[in-house]
Amino acid sequence: MRYLPHTPEDIATMLKEVKIDSLEGLFAHIPQDCRRKEALDIPAALTEWELNDHMDEMAHTMATAPEYRVFLGGGSYRHYVPAAASFLAARSEFVTAYTPYQPEVSQGTLQAIYEYQTLTAQLLGMEVANASQYDGASALAEAMLMAIRVSRKKTVAVSRAVHPMYRRVLATYFEPTEFNIIELPYLSDGTTDIGALRDMDDLGGVAVQSPNFFGCMENLEAIKSSLPDKKSLLVVCFSEPLAYGLYKSPGHSGADIACGEGQSLGIGPTFGGPGLGMFAAKMKYVRNMPGRLVGQTVDKEGNRGYVLTLSTREQHIRREKATSNICTNHSLCALAAVIFMASLGGTGFKELARLNYDKAEYFKGALQQAGFKLSFSQPTFNEFVVAFPDGFEKTYQELLHKKFIAGLPLVDFYPELKNHYLLCATETTARDDMDALVKEIVQ
Amino acid sequence: MKDTLGTTGLIFNESLLWEKGKKGRRGFSLPRRDVPEHAVAKKLEGPGPDFPDLSEVDVVRHYIRLSQWNFSVDSGMYPLGSCTMKYNPKTNEVQAARPGFAHAHPLLPQHLSQGALQLIYELEQYLTEITGMDATSLQPAAGAHGELTGMLLFYAYHKSKSAPRSKIIVPDTAHGTNPASAALCGYRSVPIKSNERGVLSPQAVEEIMDTDTAGIMVTNPNTLGLFEENIKAVADIVHAKGGLVYGDGANMNAVMGIVNMGDLGIDVLHLNLHKTFSSPHGGGGPGSGPVCVGKHLEPFLPVPRVIKQKNRYVLSEDFPESLGKIHAFYGNVGVMIRAYSYILSMGPENLKKASQLAVLNAAYIKERLKGTFHLPYDRPCMHECVFSDKLQEPYKVTTLDMVKRLMDYGFHPPTIYFPLVVPGAIMIEPTETESKEDIDLFIESMKTIAREAKENPELLHAAPCKTKRKRLDETLAARKPCLTG
Repeated sequence: MRYLPHTPEDIATMLKEVKIDSLEGLFAHIPQDCRRKEALDIPAALTEWELNDHMDEMAHTMATAPEYRVFLGGGSYRHYVPAAASFLAARSEFVTAYTPYQPEVSQGTLQAIYEYQTLTAQLLGMEVANASQYDGASALAEAMLMAIRVSRKKTVAVSRAVHPMYRRVLATYFEPTEFNIIELPYLSDGTTDIGALRDMDDLGGVAVQSPNFFGCMENLEAIKSSLPDKKSLLVVCFSEPLAYGLYKSPGHSGADIACGEGQSLGIGPTFGGPGLGMFAAKMKYVRNMPGRLVGQTVDKEGNRGYVLTLSTREQHIRREKATSNICTNHSLCALAAVIFMASLGGTGFKELARLNYDKAEYFKGALQQAGFKLSFSQPTFNEFVVAFPDGFEKTYQELLHKKFIAGLPLVDFYPELKNHYLLCATETTARDDMDALVKEIVQ
Repeated sequence: MKDTLGTTGLIFNESLLWEKGKKGRRGFSLPRRDVPEHAVAKKLEGPGPDFPDLSEVDVVRHYIRLSQWNFSVDSGMYPLGSCTMKYNPKTNEVQAARPGFAHAHPLLPQHLSQGALQLIYELEQYLTEITGMDATSLQPAAGAHGELTGMLLFYAYHKSKSAPRSKIIVPDTAHGTNPASAALCGYRSVPIKSNERGVLSPQAVEEIMDTDTAGIMVTNPNTLGLFEENIKAVADIVHAKGGLVYGDGANMNAVMGIVNMGDLGIDVLHLNLHKTFSSPHGGGGPGSGPVCVGKHLEPFLPVPRVIKQKNRYVLSEDFPESLGKIHAFYGNVGVMIRAYSYILSMGPENLKKASQLAVLNAAYIKERLKGTFHLPYDRPCMHECVFSDKLQEPYKVTTLDMVKRLMDYGFHPPTIYFPLVVPGAIMIEPTETESKEDIDLFIESMKTIAREAKENPELLHAAPCKTKRKRLDETLAARKPCLTG
């Protein structure tokens, strides 16, 4: 086996040194009733050729562009990743390193993550960002636990227009705790109904997503001013951070914590993971933040360098009193994101955001012209909801045969939204493809 | 030593991104615009981020230079205890990069995503078999996430018996993630000391196990690199009081094909695909932390689960007792692809051989360094061995000094000051992918350092001297946090 370098002579010499007569003998101290008797029942080893064929066959069953015209968003977005960005993020010095516990030999990862923290904080309009969480869902769950820690209250409110799967993960995290989650309904324009907030007691935080699951921008300033208590935190979640190249960032709209999914920033969808949990907050809350932080310092000779810092919040020091149990995060995805942001620059980021917006607006217009109604009136970014007539389900299935994936049926997540579909267009969606889809639907 | 791996070479200085940007540069090609501009709601419009503008060449040089400041498995031996820094096969990267996988949207109709579902299904089967458990969920995104899932399983199980419990037993040798994960589920950790042999004693567990204790978290082999020889007796005691046994599988690399975790009485076990199953660590993730369970805990696993109906793979939510979702979608599929590719490349014989050679490498290091360094538990070790700096104390040289010096010799330091039960611990896990020559060189370097400690301790206090940066001021970083530029 090419990954195992030992020759029979090596093994013999080493066994002799440890005074054991066989490889099996290395395990003689394990009690007999703990030893496995039978061989592992998994497939026999494949050659690299066989593996390539097998994986190629499996990969080919997946419906992806350009063979399929895919208009899906809903928390995972198809964006172009520049060749230079994917090349750099695949550098094995980054890929095959461990968490940078030994800073003298990890300055590459450390400086890159420091840059990621800086650009993330800037993008989200916040003062401090951590080195990453697993995904948008775990970032939201950790944000709500942090809101509880900061406010010392026991209840959080979450908009129903937050990604349904994020809300399910949040519910899982809260299940064994004594804390409560109250769901806020959405209004007919696609934004969150905050009417109930005023009467809420013991509210530690309110989470809304903007752009929300329907693609609609929330009126964040209005929500911030409706918080019943100065101690309640506004948590702004997102699944499409590219939107902040066009719209006001969470921080500029009053967010205390901004968190969400950063897959859009140079990371392939890969069937939902790994993504990038982005997490940022106001500096005054930094000691309550979960996750790793990289900070600037100097070395013995006075040269600028970077280290993991404020680790007294973390599990390896604080054990059960830590702010979170997170250890391994999504560092390589954070690296991919900062390379992507650096490649775009501020100018490119805004241009790309604008193009996404314009594509989706064109798509909306084409569908409206064909006689379909938008479900919500609130401005959107690169995805939106369309109300199709009864019986569209059948059309949707027929379109699948023609290799069109006409968005995401919302009825699975919102029973009241039968015939409503979430459609997405990014810079990778050609006008011809949108026109072709509209034409097919009308037929 | 005449020739060491570590040397000085031409390393470039490189400033921060924003110190080199210039308006008017770009490193990105936008697609040709085929739609008109549309007005934006003024009330919502923002200024956008003020990132530096760089050319493609700027960005490439910047990150290539940064990459050269990193130590990595691809450049040398990385004997970090409990981290299993084995070689990360390159074919795994090729498999994960296939467009069918890398570009697949997670909400595709199920009949159009059969390949990914099949991969998840089969990998769960393989891991179930390798651990000797009954069922697996790949949803957790990292080891600590798997631990949290494990604790949620404990919680769901006890709740289903209408008897929630409030405590959990955690040995003093456990990773910090263990008590932190338990705390997230509201469990109060009850610490338990390992005995003079470095393992758990059934009597100690008997004394504290009661009907308000949800169970115990055990790492086996433990973080001293020792097999928990009393594990079955411990499990019996915990089970007798209605508790469950959690296995931290961070050290599974020692026992593939050698021990069935299910036979030991373990009810839940998490794995780290980025340790045992060769997916790269990425400078701190992404990993993947599947949980494997016994039959009695299967109903509580996260949903959706991939099941096989006739010849189709289907995502099923039909598990009413499930703890719910722990990841937005199905977990870190990109990492799963790498682990799947590794398992298929290895096959059953080589997986077992990997564990044998991992243990051989550790035992060989233990044997050859014992005497040079203090070995607190001189017993047969598994895939890692733990020394301390006790013999160097007279020269006022610490573990930290010695491992910093190891960098100058071209090796990544071992894990240090962990487990906490060994003061000044040096925890060495070579893994099976290091050759005898590399291990011999590592041993020689360690011996040279021990000699230097005696003869020239200043050299060690000043180490490392060949790295890009010298020792960094961590106190300053924490006292005056500078977290953004």
